[in-house]
Amino acid sequence: MASTIRIRAIAGGDTTQVQSLISHPMDSGFVKDSKGQLIPAHHIEVVEFEHAGKVVFTCLWGPAVSKDPYVKFSFKGAKKGDDLKVSWVDNKGLSDSLVAKIQ
Amino acid sequence: MNEYADAPGQTRRTMLKGAAALAALGYGAGGLMPEAYAAADAKAWPADAFKQKGEADALKALYGKGAEASDKINLDAPEIAENGAVVPIAVTSSLPNVTAIAILVLDNPNTLAAAYKIPAGTEASVASRLKMAKTSKVVAVVESGGKLYSATKEVKVTVGGCGG
Repeated sequence: MASTIRIRAIAGGDTTQVQSLISHPMDSGFVKDSKGQLIPAHHIEVVEFEHAGKVVFTCLWGPAVSKDPYVKFSFKGAKKGDDLKVSWVDNKGLSDSLVAKIQ
Repeated sequence: MNEYADAPGQTRRTMLKGAAALAALGYGAGGLMPEAYAAADAKAWPADAFKQKGEADALKALYGKGAEASDKINLDAPEIAENGAVVPIAVTSSLPNVTAIAILVLDNPNTLAAAYKIPAGTEASVASRLKMAKTSKVVAVVESGGKLYSATKEVKVTVGGCGG
């Protein structure tokens, strides 16, 4: 997959509904591997959704968010064809971002 | 990925278009690229709040105040979650001027699971999936007009999501 982010934003009238899936292990730091060693915590900390230079939604995530996290929200003021930018950063400093078109 | 497969209008063509746009932007090389085009800032992450054990401490660390119960919050969570690794939880609220939503799982090792910032123009509604170690009360907290309100629901977990 080219990106870790899959996003689907659909404008319906005034409101745009956004669904996104990010491919990430979201290791909690409480799980042991097959050798009995704890797998260190590795999880996304912040996800930001930006439309027209304005942040429309921010996720602050702890290790209790499920693997390959999914989130759904809605915001007003966007129309079909607009750009929606998504970016995330995790506790190891890894990050990714994507610009999607609102459908 | 089922949401995408089942969603109407998502065709192979739109997926390919997306992939082409990515390649054009130079993101085609691969997944985890450190600091590529990053806007999300790890400094915004409230590390202290996520370490707290207990509802009151977590809320104090996150918002500096406590919450009162409200019937204007709809916490949609299953009565029984068969798989604690993936518990779908949705929060919506009819309260005015909502600026934040937080979800707490009281019997998880760390209470705070996720927090969301809701700017003006964004609806007071979020759906996502959480891990639950065992049967626990789940608390949705909504900040409205500078005050905190909460709703609670118990979710029974048959297989814990913290493994090991």
